[in-house]
This record gives sequence, structure tokens and C-alpha cells, in this order.
Amino acid sequence: MSQATPAIRVNALRKRFRTTQALDGVALDIQPGEFFGLLGPNGAGKTTLISILAGLTRADSGQAAVMGHDVVRDYRQARRALGVVPQELVYDPFFNVRETLRIQSGYFGLRHNDGWIDEIMHHLDLTPHADKNTQSLSGGMKRRLLVAQALVHKPPVIVLDEPTAGVDVDLRRSLWEFISGLNREGHTILLTTHYLEEAEALCGRIAMLKGGRVVACDTTRNLLQLTNEHCAQLRLDAEVVPAAWQGRLHHDADGSWRVNFSDYAELETLLADLRGAGVRVLEMQLQEPDLEDVFTDIMKRT
Amino acid sequence: MNPPPQTPLRGASPLRGKKRLGRPGAFLVSGLSTLFYKEMLRFWKVVVQTVVAPVVTALLYLLIFSHVLEAHVEVYPGVSYTSFLVPGLVMMSMLQNAFSNSSSSLIQSKMQGNIVFVLLPPLSYLEFFLAYLGAAMIRGLVVGLGVWGVTLWFAPWQMPHLGWLLAYALLACAKMGAVGLVAGIWAEKYDQLAAFQNFLILPLTFLSGVFYSIHSLPPFWQAISHANPVFYLIDGFRYAFVGQSDTDPWLGLLVAGACFVAISALTLVLLRSGYKLRH
Repeated sequence: MSQATPAIRVNALRKRFRTTQALDGVALDIQPGEFFGLLGPNGAGKTTLISILAGLTRADSGQAAVMGHDVVRDYRQARRALGVVPQELVYDPFFNVRETLRIQSGYFGLRHNDGWIDEIMHHLDLTPHADKNTQSLSGGMKRRLLVAQALVHKPPVIVLDEPTAGVDVDLRRSLWEFISGLNREGHTILLTTHYLEEAEALCGRIAMLKGGRVVACDTTRNLLQLTNEHCAQLRLDAEVVPAAWQGRLHHDADGSWRVNFSDYAELETLLADLRGAGVRVLEMQLQEPDLEDVFTDIMKRT
Repeated sequence: MNPPPQTPLRGASPLRGKKRLGRPGAFLVSGLSTLFYKEMLRFWKVVVQTVVAPVVTALLYLLIFSHVLEAHVEVYPGVSYTSFLVPGLVMMSMLQNAFSNSSSSLIQSKMQGNIVFVLLPPLSYLEFFLAYLGAAMIRGLVVGLGVWGVTLWFAPWQMPHLGWLLAYALLACAKMGAVGLVAGIWAEKYDQLAAFQNFLILPLTFLSGVFYSIHSLPPFWQAISHANPVFYLIDGFRYAFVGQSDTDPWLGLLVAGACFVAISALTLVLLRSGYKLRH
């Protein structure tokens, strides 16, 4: 891993809301250029962590820094380095799309930024809606506007807090293409999502939070290897299986048989036993373990 | 892994596009001036509600009260009731609208969630305060000018003390803009802000001598009126117009200035702590 200043560094971060310990000593380093996933069930502390990074929430103790800038002591530089796409679909109904982006740009002291605003609008398909009041935009367009607002000051670190919640397939796909493009250019992406297949496909590294603690943090590849439980679905030309497999092969309602195994050698033995018993395999499907299996397993164990 | 960009997103290939817009406004030069501009634009976009309506309301007050009392009441020697009433109405309108601007903007942003657009950028709490305060003052002054403008048809032009007028107008708008900020920060729903407005701001402005001189009140109520900080603003502002007042305008300026400093200090403490804004 690179020894450069981490894009995001969080150390011993704690935050309590009345009776709830939202964060309980969270520590994370996210390197520049990473596409990093932050997963966890509702109430795990994901949004609290993002809010602390963005300066919307103040930690009780611990440190958080963006591109080496402490989010409290050096908040101006930290916020310049960070673009946040909030979870809620918020907008200011007084302004149109172009005004919204110009104003957001002005907050960062960027006076001559119309060229960049045009580019963002173009690539997020907002140009035809530039002069429309934000209130009249569809949900998908409002989501795009939030992404544009987060990018208007060209931040090296982009935080997306469940950006595809309630978003249709087309927008989700185009959004991920766009964000992946930014990541390829070297931008650090921190993503929280409940769509685990998205995290698995996009994130190079993933941290899992539960009860305000990091319960797992590793590359996506390593996490997927944490569980070696494969599954095979078979259609057989017989209704009875060899006695040795009767406890392990489960007969599903559609007539197929299902078996979980951790080693492919077991599958080889099963196929040999079936051949020995004169049972023919008509069809077989293998299912690899996915992030959802890993996530469920880790959440159960911790 | 790609190396981190030295100049983030500059020339990023997914985002090429060459169409340029007209030059942005001169206000977008800093966070402070942009927030000030945004707040001005916000109230100007609904100018009928934020400027025209209060001017019409003040005009109705003038028509009704001056019609009923003009022939019967002379508060100060040689000053008609209409001439007495106009400065009070101008000041009352300025106070209420300066308060409304900062308080309604904040509560709307909080309720709609778009306050994050102001909290995410690198704005200091002092910049936040100055921008909201500045816009509230502008709206108060614009409404005040409007009310004064329409009442010129009903009361003769008089301007003995321009310095006093400016001092009181600016101080009053600043003070109520700051009070509006406190209310907007404190309130968590429209109902709470309405209570603040109806049970504090409205009584303080109506019972401050806009429609009468406190010398016409019994001693007890005179003493109560002296405890009302808004009374000094109305009284001093009226002095600027008619050259007569219930108290020394210097005393009024002192009280108003002290109130402004105290409320501003409270607002800055709240903003610095992130009270009800940054959890």
C-alpha cells in the first residue's frame, strides 16, 4: 500500500447520541485513488462517520482528516478536499440548476467556474435542465444535481452516501460509469450502499461497520475468500440419491437438488458416487460465494 | 492503483465539454459574498411576498389609523398624527422584515435539508453570520424605503436628521436580523418560529409606540415600555423625522447598540458551537 498521506484517515473516533453509541473507536485509512466501500446495517454508524468527515457532526473524541487536513482544526482545507453526495434528496427550491451550481461554486470562492459547471452538467445530462427550477426536476435529476454540487469545486475525495437508493437502473448504471471514470482519473471514492453487488463490483477495499465498530476491513477479494461455502444446484434423472449423500443433498420444491460444499474435491466425490449409483446429472449450476454471503456471515459472527 | 491527481479533475476525460456560459456575478468571489448574494436572490425571487406585501400592509395601517385619529390626536405640538405615525410604520416594517428574512431562510433550509449546502463548504461561523445579517438588513431597508415611499403621498416630506435616520435604520435592521438568526437556529419546526414571531416579535413591535406616544400611557405602562428594547428604535427613528421624541435619542442609540452587541454575541456563540446545526 502507498505510503502517501491517506485521502481519509480516521482514528479512535467516538460519537454518542444520547443513548446510542453511534461510533465506538473507529479507525480507518483510505489511500488516494481507492474506491472504498463502507458497509453496515442501518444504524451501524456509516452516515455518522461521513457526517464527521464533512463537518456536519462533531466527534466526541478521536481524529478525522481529509488529505491530511484535520476536519476540525483545518476545516477549510479539509472541506475543499471533500465532495459529499448526501443520502437525502435535498434541493433549494428557490433556484434553477445553473444558479444552484454557481452558488455552490461561489461558496468555495470559485468565481470563474462556468466552464467546469458546463462540463459537469453535460456529463450528468443536466444541460437540458439547466434553467429549470430544482423543484420541477425528477428524482433522478435531483440526484444528478446532488452529484454535480459535490463535484463543483473539483474535490480529490468524493463521498457518496447511498447514492443509488431509489434510483432506476439506467441512472444507476450511468452514475457508476461516471463515478468509475473519476476513480480511474485518480479520485478517491468512499461509498456507502445497501446494494452489496454494487460494492462488490466497484470497491477495491471494503470496511464493514456494526454497532459503531469496524468488524471487517480488507480488500474485496480477501473478504470474498473469508467464506468458502459454494453451492451446487443439480437436476438428476432419479428421485433417490446415494445413502451417503442423503443428509447433504437437499431436495428443492422445483425438483432439483442442492448441496453446499467448501472444497471442489467434495463435488468430485459426489459426482463419482452419483455415477456409481447409476444416477445421471442432467444439469448443474455452481454458485460462488458473494459479498452478501460474507456480509451476512460477518454480521452474524460479530 | 492510479496516482493521485495533482490538480483534481482538471481535464478529467469523462467530463470534457467546451460550451461556456456568461461570466458569473461579481458576488461569487468568496463564500461570504456568495452566501450574501444567495440570501438576497432568495428574497428577491419572491419580491411580492417579501417586499410588496409588507408595504401594502403598512399602507393599510396608515390609511385606517390616520383616517380615524388624524382629526382627534396631536401627539407632539405641531406634528400631525399622520406625520407621527409614518416613521413608526417604516421602522416597524423594517424590524419585522429583517427578522423574517434571516429566520425564515434558516428554518426553511433546516426543514428542507438544504442547509447542508451551506454547512459543507469552508465557511466560518463569522462569515455565516455576516452573510445572513447583511441580507436581512438589505431586505429590512428595502421594505422601509418602500413604506416610506408610498406614505409620502399622505404625509409631507420632512427630514431634519439624516444621520439619526441612518443610524437607527441600520442598527434596527442589524439587530432584528440577528434576532432572526437566533430564532432560525433555535426553531426546529415552523410552528416554533411562528410562536417566536407571534408571542415575542409582534407584541414588542406593536407595544413600542408605533401608534401612540408612551407619554399617553399610565406610569406603570410607561415603565414597562421603557423595558421594551424596540421602543427605543421607534422613538429614536421618529426623532429623525419629526425632531421630537419621548426619550433622548442618544440613550436610545446606546440601548439599541448594546442590544445588538448582546444578540450578536449570542448568535456567534450558537453558530460557533454548531447548536442545532452541526450535531
